[in-house]
Order: sequence, then C-alpha cells, then structure tokens
Amino acid sequence: MDKEVAIKIGGEAGFGIKVSGLILGKTLFSAGFKVFGYSEYPSLIRGGHNTYQLNIAKNDVLSVTKKIDILVALNLETVELHKEELNSGAVIIFDGLKLDKSDFSGVNLVDLPLTDLAESAGGALTRNIVALGAVMNILGMDLQLFNQELEHEFGDKGAKVVTMDKKAAQLGYDYIKKFKIGAYLKKEDGSKAGDYIMTANEATAQGMIQAGCKLYVAYPMTPATSIMHILSAKQRAYDLVVHQTEDEISAIGTAIGAAAVGVRAATGTSGGGFALMVESLGLAAMTEIPLVIIESQRTAPATGLPTWTEQGDLQFMIRAAHGEFPRFIIAPGDAAEAFYMIQEAFNLAEKFQLPVIFLLDKLLSESDFMLGDIDPDKIKIKREGFINDDELEGMRDYKRYELTKNGISKRALPGQLAGVHVINSDEHDEYGYSTEASDMRTKMMDKRFKKLEQMMADMPEPQLYGQRNADLTIVAWGSVKGAVIDAMREVEDKRSVNFLHLTYIWPFPAKRVKKVLENAKNVLLVENNKTGQLGDLIRQETGFEIKNRFLKYDGRPFFREEIIKEIKKYI
Amino acid sequence: MAVASAAKFNTSISPTWCPGCGNYGIWAALKQALFELNLEPHQVLISYDIGCCGNGANFTRTYAFHSLHGRAIPPAVGAKLGNKNLAVIAVIGDGGAYGEGIQHLIHSARYNVDITVLVHNNQRFSLTTGQATATTPQKTVTLTTPFGEIKKPINPLLLSLDSGASFVARGFANDGKHLTELIKAAVNHKGFSHVDILQPCVSFNKENTNEWYQNVIYKLDSHKYKADDLIRAREKAEEFDKNGKMPIGIFYQAERQTYESQIPQLAGEPLYKKSLQGVNCLVKL
Ligand SMILES: Cc1ncc(C[n+]2csc(CCOP(=O)(O)OP(=O)(O)O)c2C)c(N)n1
Ligand code: SF4
Ligand SMILES: [Mg+2]
Repeated sequence: MDKEVAIKIGGEAGFGIKVSGLILGKTLFSAGFKVFGYSEYPSLIRGGHNTYQLNIAKNDVLSVTKKIDILVALNLETVELHKEELNSGAVIIFDGLKLDKSDFSGVNLVDLPLTDLAESAGGALTRNIVALGAVMNILGMDLQLFNQELEHEFGDKGAKVVTMDKKAAQLGYDYIKKFKIGAYLKKEDGSKAGDYIMTANEATAQGMIQAGCKLYVAYPMTPATSIMHILSAKQRAYDLVVHQTEDEISAIGTAIGAAAVGVRAATGTSGGGFALMVESLGLAAMTEIPLVIIESQRTAPATGLPTWTEQGDLQFMIRAAHGEFPRFIIAPGDAAEAFYMIQEAFNLAEKFQLPVIFLLDKLLSESDFMLGDIDPDKIKIKREGFINDDELEGMRDYKRYELTKNGISKRALPGQLAGVHVINSDEHDEYGYSTEASDMRTKMMDKRFKKLEQMMADMPEPQLYGQRNADLTIVAWGSVKGAVIDAMREVEDKRSVNFLHLTYIWPFPAKRVKKVLENAKNVLLVENNKTGQLGDLIRQETGFEIKNRFLKYDGRPFFREEIIKEIKKYI
Repeated sequence: MAVASAAKFNTSISPTWCPGCGNYGIWAALKQALFELNLEPHQVLISYDIGCCGNGANFTRTYAFHSLHGRAIPPAVGAKLGNKNLAVIAVIGDGGAYGEGIQHLIHSARYNVDITVLVHNNQRFSLTTGQATATTPQKTVTLTTPFGEIKKPINPLLLSLDSGASFVARGFANDGKHLTELIKAAVNHKGFSHVDILQPCVSFNKENTNEWYQNVIYKLDSHKYKADDLIRAREKAEEFDKNGKMPIGIFYQAERQTYESQIPQLAGEPLYKKSLQGVNCLVKL
C-alpha cells in the first residue's frame, strides 16, 4: 500500500486513550511503518471527549488528516462526533451501540463485545487492548510486535498483567476475523522507520539534558508541563536539578540567578506563564545573562483553550518586555528539529549572553513524531564567554560590560577572586555600576545591539523544501511544517509547489526570505493564527506583502486535506 | 593588597542616601558582619531589590545582582542552587519584600533555601517619594493616602514565622553593633534567614524617626528569651500591637534541613562546576 491509514480511538477522558493509541503507534513503528500520533482532549481530568489519531504510512508522515479509515469508538459520542470524518470503506469498532445502519452506507460496522471479551481475558480494564488486538488484525499484522510492546509498557506491573493484556489482544484479534475485513497494510511494506518516536516536548527535554542544562525552573502550564515531568523523572540519573517555583516570575528569576553564577539554566511555560515572565526577560537582556526560555503556545488569549493549539504568540515573543534588546527566537517544526535546536539554543544563549526563546505549540508538544536518522552527537556543547582566574588576575581592571567590537564581553562568575562586579538591571557603565550618563547609555545600547551582526551570521537560514522554481511558494513557521510537507507530497506535479519554512525567526532572516519571495511566482502564507503574524513580520522586515493568506485559529492544527485544497486553488 | 577592615567592602562610589538615612547604619553593619565572618568580597553575592536600599549595589563591594523591584529573592535562590559555596544575601525594602514580591519571601522561607533576606523596613516606598507600603500604620498620611491609610499593615515577622522560616530576627538600623551580630547570625544560619530591619527614612517617614524607635525598642535578652519556640516567637512578634514595645533580636531559630541539602544532585561539586560533556541521553521514551 502506498496509501496511508488513519486510525482514531475516541472515548471519555480517563479511558487511557492516549496510552492505548501510543502502544499501537509504537508497534507499527517497530514494524517499520511511519507514524504520526495526534491527541485531542479537553482541559478535564475525567469526562469530556478524548481522541488519539494515528496516521500510518509506508512513506514519511508528519501530519494529521481529517479523514480516517478506522474509528475505535469506546462510546456513542465518539461515533456521533466523528462519523463525518470516515473515508468510504471505513471501519467503526464499537461495543453494543445501537447504530442505524442506513446512516453508515459504505462503512463496516463492527460490533465487538469489548467488555465481555475483556472480562473473559481477566479484567474489564483491558477493553482498549481488545480493541487494539482487533485493529491489528484488520491492519493485516500479527500480534508478535504488539505483544512485545505490551511487555514494554506494562512489564513493571507484573507478569500477570501482561499475560492478561496479551490474552485480551488475542481475543479481539480472533473475534474480528468473522467480519472479513481486508488487510489495510502489507507487512512487507514495513522497513526500518527509525529508532525513536516522541513528542517535541520529549525531544526538547532530552536535548536539554544533552546540552548540559543543569537547572530547569518552572511552574506547570499545559502544554509545556511534560518537559518538567520528564526532566523531573530523569534529574537524578542525569545530574540536573528541577525546581518548581511559586510562580513563573520566580521561575525565570531563579533561572537567571543560576545562569548568573555559570549554570546552564532554563525555564519553560505556555503563553500565560510567559506573560508573567516578561519583566524578567528584559532583566536577562539588560544584565546580559544567558537564558533559555521555552514557550509552548496554546489557544489564547487569557486561559483560552488550554489543551488546544495555536501559533498566536510570535509577535508577542519578538516584542515582549519594555525597551529594546536583541534576542533569539527559535521555532522548531517537529520533534527532530526540537532535539537539535534546543541544544543550539543553549550554545547561542551562552555565546551571546542574552535570552533565547524556544517556541513550541501544543501540536508539537503533544503529538508523537517519529525521529528518522537522528544523530545524538551532532550538536556539540560550546562553552563561551567566560574568563579564567589566571586571565582575570593578570588584568588590572576587569570590566564585565566592556565595550567590545562585537558587543560581547567576558563574564567573570561570582566566586572568582578578581572579577567582583555588579550584574546590573539599571543601565550601567563598563564595570556594571549604575549610570544615567547620556553617552554611556547610548554606548551600552549600541554594545548590546552590536551582537546582532554575529547573531545573524550564526543563524541557520530558513529552509526551502521542494524544487527551486515552483508555481506556488508556501511560507510558514514552526509546527505548520508537517502538514505542508505531507500535502506537497500528495500534489501530483512536484514542480508546482515549494515551501519556505522558518525556524530561526528572530533576528529576522530578511535577506534570504526576501530573495526567495521576490523570485517566487506566487506566494501563500499558512499560519495557525488569526492575523498572519509572520506575514506582517515579513512585510515589516522585507517590504514584501503576501496577499494570499491561509489562516486557522479554531484551536485545531491544519489538517492535511485543508492544505491540499488550498494549494489547488493556486496551481 | 588585602585591606584588613570592613572598608574592603567599599567601592569607589559614595552612597547617595539622604544624610541621616537609616540605610547608612545597615550598610555599615552589613560590611562589618561580612568582615567579621571572614568573608572576602568575591565569596559573597548580594541580590538587591529596586529601592533606596537597593542602591547599595553600587556602594558595596561584593558580587552584586541588581534585580527588579520585588524580585531580589528568586535570583538569590538560583545563585545558591547554582553555587552553594557563595554566601547569598538578598537586600530588599519593605515595598519589595512585603508587597511586590511577597510570594517569594513566603515560599523561599518555606523551601528553607540557605539564603539571608535583609529587609530595610522604612514603612514607605521611599525611592518613589514615600507612598504607603504594606507595613505603613493605619491613618498615616502619604502622597497616595492623603486622607490617612485605611489598610491594616501586615506583621512581617509573623508572616515569615508562619511561612516556615528557620531564622527570624528584627534589628534596628541605628544600633550597628547589635545589627552586626544579627546579620552574622543570619548568614551563619544554615537555612532561610529573615531579618526585618527597622529603618528610619528621614525624608518620607516623619513618624517612625530615630527618636521614636529609641523609645519603643528594647533588646531581647538571650538569657531570658530562648529563640527556640515558635509560639513564644509569635507572641513576641505581636508585642508592639499589644503594649507598644518593640523587641529586637533573634525571635526564632530552628535547625531544619535546607532545601539544597535534600537534593542529591547538589551534593559534591557546586552545580555550575558539574561536567556537561558526554551525556548522551537520547532514549526511547
Ligand atoms: C515593577 C515595578 N513597579 C514599580 C516600580 C517603582 N518602584 C521603584 S522602587 C519602588 C518602591 C521601593 O520601596 P521599597 O521596596 O520599600 O524600598 P525603599 O525605596 O523604601 O528602600 C517602586 C514602587 C518599579 N521599579 N518596578
Ligand atoms: S528617601 Fe528615605 S530611605 Fe531613601 S535615602 Fe532618603 S532617607 Fe533614605
Ligand atoms: Mg521602603
């Protein structure tokens, strides 16, 4: 099969939907298929509707589709909410629901006694596993890898639990045979898909450990929180500290304090928590303390839709805090980019002694991405900007904020004998003492901004996917990447569309963007927000106005079909 | 050349406080305490708030972090987590400590991080021309309370006692010797220490003057008052409201494990010195 299969599992929150879906995803991934996992859930612990969707393909898949082929409906609500999404020939697996056949022409209705089979396997809790066993059957797979995954997932609960789960899977697998539904996948299509499947939050957390982040200070806020969970669990094994503070103001302040004494430190939150951090963002800038701040966007403003996605904070990140200062904004487009770029973020923060904002969103933070060929050693830790004791003691006169050619001055760390100075949030002279003198103020502003030139030079340029000359050039940033790339693959004529993806967004790579856009035949902006923030930014920085804007701000990510449909308007 | 006196903690910049300001006394006591503790300027990090008191960042020769208003404590906590070998002190006004950043006082007391918080309590936002703070008595007239302050003041000592601070003291800016001893004890204390320092502000506080303080304060007698009992400490902290007398000294001191000492990753070398290289962590999650 070259066609992809989309499976959605839906039910009430608390049914273990995400866990079940991920077991299936990991099984198919280890069978060599490419998978993308996407979850939707309300901001509730119990009740409310939850879904997990897996897109499975022989070739790369990085995005979620609107249409599905298999719907596992653990309750009636799932059928009602998602029946419009069924492809023709789709399957619905359910347990005893009274469904009117005439409503479902061309759909296979599979009434599977999930609860009964689960109980005969040894426990009603295995209901989801029964359903997954059945799904494995209609996918045309055997249960070997699935059973391995069960062992992996539930092994620590004891052999009894695993045996029960395996039995449940087998019962579902056998029961569905009588419905005679053809196999969706060809086993032999599975090749090696890679070693890892993870969310961008998981990739970020692991990248942070690898980058030598020794202190993560945060206050929980969806969808950033799982970074904190992961690092908390791993802190002892990897010799780092996770500190939960009383609020986000304290989180950033504490991280800055640790960074000021030489620790690679970071904080993370969502838009609301970032709003509280804003004053201290300027503090890091003024004191020239390196700091990595992770912001995973969710649907806003205010509390918004806490568990849904949006790209609404780009302009906020660029302008956040009073006054003017340079900063980096890095917005990876998938988990692999998150893994590499967060490591770069620590290097850049330290090299340039300023805040680096690492911008994610719910789609990235909580979707399961496969990581293809990933090189854990690709990004090296580069520690820069320090001054050793000998060098310091040999100096007559250490100036923390020395006016240098490139704006970067060496940092003595508190504790070093000959480096005593003021790390100052007031405007200051070269020693760090407060000053209100007009010439020094101007010089210090210029010093901080002098870094920009080297910052621009160090930043990787936006990537152009596809052929150089295309009928349509799509421009997008961050998490929109997956949907666009997958959509492009489905467009017949490969020369018709290319895609400029921005990840290192600030300082703005104006030259490159301008050049690509001015050479483009037609340009389409795609953003998961209301106002087209990147589009405005491009106009501001390059003068280029993108007239065609495809924007979405309903809390949902772009479904691939939507992008394909939009592309077809232009080619 | 090493200077064998508290003067080694002077910078080339002279203080800009008003003549007669209580900040001079606190400044002298702080330097004297550091000197008597045998600390060198590079071994100390002082995190300053924004306010008249915070201007001390420029006059006091130690590593200094001049933070934001209300935000001197978080960087102090971070610095201590990052380099446990530093003596870490936060210098804050009553506006910053008991108003803008009150949560940081409460919570760092609760965490029992090993830092010392010195609050220059002049009962005014002095740097911004003397508006009422959370410790300004009711009926006081200031620019923002022309008809007299309505709100009830908080009791800072009760606040930190109830937040779990393991060292709580009150000092007086113009009793340098006594204050020096208090600061020394606070810095030596393993855990969170809070010293509320009564500080005359000659420009904006015409009520709580030096003379006024001299009449109401008395020293806790260490022979008669043992600072090991929370209930007694609370009673002492409320004394002024009851009989108009204001005790100074150590109200409460308890041995309690610090936050840092209970984090195994912070054992051994200070955090900032830990090796970053060679951690390959990419694992299947
Ligand atoms: C976020 C913020 N709000 C307000 C101010 C203005 N401000 C500067 S100092 C200060 C009050 C200082 O009072 P206090 O902390 O008691 O210190 P003092 O000047 O009395 O020593 C205020 C309100 C500020 N700098 N930052
Ligand atoms: S205004 Fe008050 S607190 Fe500030 S320097 Fe003058 S006397 Fe001291
Ligand atoms: Mg004050």
